[in-house]
Amino acid sequence: MTNPRSVRNTFVSSLFVLTTVLAATEAFAQPRPTPAPAPAKAAEPAAAAPLAIVGGRVHTGTGEVLEDATILLEKGLVQKIGKGLAVPAGVTTIDAKGAIVTPGFVDAFTSIGLVEVSLEDSTHDDDRGGKDPIRAAFRASDGYNPASTVVGITRAEGVTSAGVVPLGGLFSGQSAWADLDGDTRESALAQGPLALHVHLDGSLDGDRGGPAAALLLAREVFDDARTFQKNRAAWERNQSRPFAASRLDLEAIGDALAGRVPVVFHVDRASDILAAVALAKEFGLRPVIAGGAEAWKIAPRLAESKIPVIVNPLEPGPTTFDTLGTRDDNAALLHAAGVPVVITTADTHNARKLRQVAGNAVRAGLPHAAAIAAITSAPAQALGLGAKYGTLAPGKVANLVVWSGDPLEIASRPLAVVIRGKKVDLANRQSALFTRYRKLPITR
Amino acid sequence: MFSRRAFRLLSPLLLSLPACASSSASTPPNSPAQAEAPPPDVPFPWEARSSTAAGIETPAAASPPVLIRNATLWLATGKTIPRGSILLRDGKIAQVAEGDISPPEGARIVDAAGKFVTPGIIDTHSHLGVYPMPGTIAHLDGNEASSPVTPDVQTVDGFWPQDPAVERAVAGGVTTLQILPGSANLIGGRAVTLKLRPALSPRQMHFPGAPDGLKMACGENPKRTYGNARHAAPGTRMGNLAMQRKAFLDAKKHEDDWQRYRTTEANRLREDQKKRAAYEAEVESRKKQQAQCHDDPYLSSCAEWQKSWEKPLEPPKPSDPGAAPARDPAKETLIGAMRGSVLVHVHCYRADDMLAMLALADEVGFRVRSFHHALEAYKIRDILVQKNVSVSTWADWWGFKMEAYDGIPENIALLQESGALPIVHTDSPEGIQRMNQEASKALASGRRAGMPLTDEEAIRWLTYNPAWALGIEKRVGTLEFGKDADVVLWDRHPFSVYASAEEVWIDGATVYQKGKKRPPWSDFELGQDTGRPTTLLPGGAP
Repeated sequence: MTNPRSVRNTFVSSLFVLTTVLAATEAFAQPRPTPAPAPAKAAEPAAAAPLAIVGGRVHTGTGEVLEDATILLEKGLVQKIGKGLAVPAGVTTIDAKGAIVTPGFVDAFTSIGLVEVSLEDSTHDDDRGGKDPIRAAFRASDGYNPASTVVGITRAEGVTSAGVVPLGGLFSGQSAWADLDGDTRESALAQGPLALHVHLDGSLDGDRGGPAAALLLAREVFDDARTFQKNRAAWERNQSRPFAASRLDLEAIGDALAGRVPVVFHVDRASDILAAVALAKEFGLRPVIAGGAEAWKIAPRLAESKIPVIVNPLEPGPTTFDTLGTRDDNAALLHAAGVPVVITTADTHNARKLRQVAGNAVRAGLPHAAAIAAITSAPAQALGLGAKYGTLAPGKVANLVVWSGDPLEIASRPLAVVIRGKKVDLANRQSALFTRYRKLPITR
Repeated sequence: MFSRRAFRLLSPLLLSLPACASSSASTPPNSPAQAEAPPPDVPFPWEARSSTAAGIETPAAASPPVLIRNATLWLATGKTIPRGSILLRDGKIAQVAEGDISPPEGARIVDAAGKFVTPGIIDTHSHLGVYPMPGTIAHLDGNEASSPVTPDVQTVDGFWPQDPAVERAVAGGVTTLQILPGSANLIGGRAVTLKLRPALSPRQMHFPGAPDGLKMACGENPKRTYGNARHAAPGTRMGNLAMQRKAFLDAKKHEDDWQRYRTTEANRLREDQKKRAAYEAEVESRKKQQAQCHDDPYLSSCAEWQKSWEKPLEPPKPSDPGAAPARDPAKETLIGAMRGSVLVHVHCYRADDMLAMLALADEVGFRVRSFHHALEAYKIRDILVQKNVSVSTWADWWGFKMEAYDGIPENIALLQESGALPIVHTDSPEGIQRMNQEASKALASGRRAGMPLTDEEAIRWLTYNPAWALGIEKRVGTLEFGKDADVVLWDRHPFSVYASAEEVWIDGATVYQKGKKRPPWSDFELGQDTGRPTTLLPGGAP
């Protein structure tokens, strides 16, 4: 058994046997367990000391720019924002004169905290695994590791929040919103579940036979979930027809059917996006399109229903037959048509590139203010957290960044990063490596 | 060494003729043949061409001279001309000047006020064409992962010239790239260097005179491909090195076999030459004797001589050639690597893996031209400087596997500071579209960490340094008189995120113009409902 993978599988399967036995024992002793409550609905912001950011050029995230403004932060929230505000005595001040202040950047689609090393399965918590493509109950919040090195490395580039998204299967599970600070899940996660993720994008994935099969199964599962929600009592009495998904999955989908969480459809081809939109309409869902390589082709249709699209402006071209229509100015065209555009890196270790990615959308024609919005207010709104995140306004969570210059420009850098009202350390594992190897030979 | 080289090129022809006939024919009259005959030489059979791709390169169509005026010229020699002109003529850089150049007859004039000109960007690490777009099983042609040691395969035989990514790379200012085999194998095969123009075969795109590269890989990938996935060797780093060592030693043995054959053959030919010379001397001597005896029939020696004339005199038959060792293209590639005609490029992340590879190189006798990826190069930058090994790497990739866990964004800056030769490479169809930004990030990271790096240094990460790594630095990589006119015009400072290549020339011919509508290069995209890059909206940069 020299192969680490097989060692791990043995380990995992013995764990599995153990838990199964425990679960069975429990089932005899107690009534059927109800699903565990979602963690920390809207976590109480940590009680950070008051902080003032003084003198910056403030992009509030709504498109508005305030010159020489002061922002007062208290209890992790923005208390006041405006020109010439008095800073109460004793409050720590960050001097932002000549600098630019933006809301903290948000990468809506990452595996931050779920994947430490991409090719090491033992460091993954992003995929429930198994053959069953219905994994709606799988929660990213259960796996999120706030101590991941990716957290500190990413926030050093001004990304303060991330959508932490599960992958795999058709219904991959429920994402979480993580603020890139905090040492426990409770102190880092804003809300779970954030959104339900459905992967319609036909790939070379053995699980599915392409979007037609995916849509068929998705429709069946949504229909079952609706029936389950309506006739819960019948199900409890074992008087229901068989469902295509497990109880926990059907319950999780209930949140989406009730409109409590959006459903993010991962899909690229124009015709498949329209199919997803139709499915969402059929079941009364709040759809968000992620990927959306060909969304520009149907921009007016998406604009009509204000369906947000999460795009990666660095898609390099027709990488699959579903993305033949990939183009650099997808974000610009969508924005011009009135579609809410969210920009993502769709990456984990490279999530720190978010501002470069947004800068490239500008290079391809997206207005600068729209690009800032696409990595601040737009993701917050698309994922239902617009009331708490994404802009600098009284009552909002105090996530912000003080920049040395245009935040989308490569030569600029964050001078200060504030998360939940607290100025966070920009040192991380990479800066520690740099420090150690700054002079050769090293001493340790 | 010109004469020796010329002789080698001719010698296959010579070998096919009887050695004796040729040697006397080339001997000037009145001089003794044995003294002047060139020593017989038997060439290595693999030395005929610099690249296995050479042969049908298609030069750019003739285009009128182009004069770019009023531009900031980044020469990539370490010098910038803030307001200068550059003239492209007959495929070459004909003039670079501060101020203006008077336009030659028929020249196209490009006013580049506020714009920047750089040499064409060179990517030392690309899999375009061998892992093309769209990703289909049918087009996975980059890893001959049927055996971990395949020095005989060549990317020039796998490259699909219709890859839509090629045109998109050019739009990012890339003019030359090296197509490497993937890193599944310990020794992946020959890489080819191409100029990016539309073509029907990579052979037509071949950079004339560019030597082939050899792709090798350290670390995880070969282990993962064979050990983990198939329970085959190599399963460990130990296995990696053992198999690489064996491959080179086997190649060395092959070279020795050829060397022995060459020596034997040279001796045989020399013997034949001697016999022929003796025969000719005898013929000559008898002629002389006969002439003397004819003139003076009473010469005392004639009786004696006549006896010897009766002895039969036949021209010596050339001896039978020895059996040449079998040709072995795999070993020949490695011999090329050891002899320096094939440049060695090693995919290697960790500091210890790189040092292991350098030890192997010293042991079996090859030089590493460039470590690729090399995320821990900063830890051993002093040694890399001393060994004169260049480093092809990314600005900020990290964390995708264990051997990429210690990547830091200051890697390139630290290498530059210590006098090493850093190169921005991409290994990515995405990154290759904006290599200027990758260099810019590496530069910004260095400056942020307090290193006083210059734009002049950073542009060389994209141009001169990769040209050196590919052995084409005398042809491209700087804006200098006589170099190939592979040139990019940028619409603003090339290290801005908002900068785009406005026009790209290869060999003086325009290959890309921003915003110009034209049919796609790739037949694949023809008639498809694709979204090729055409800017529809005005740029939104502030």
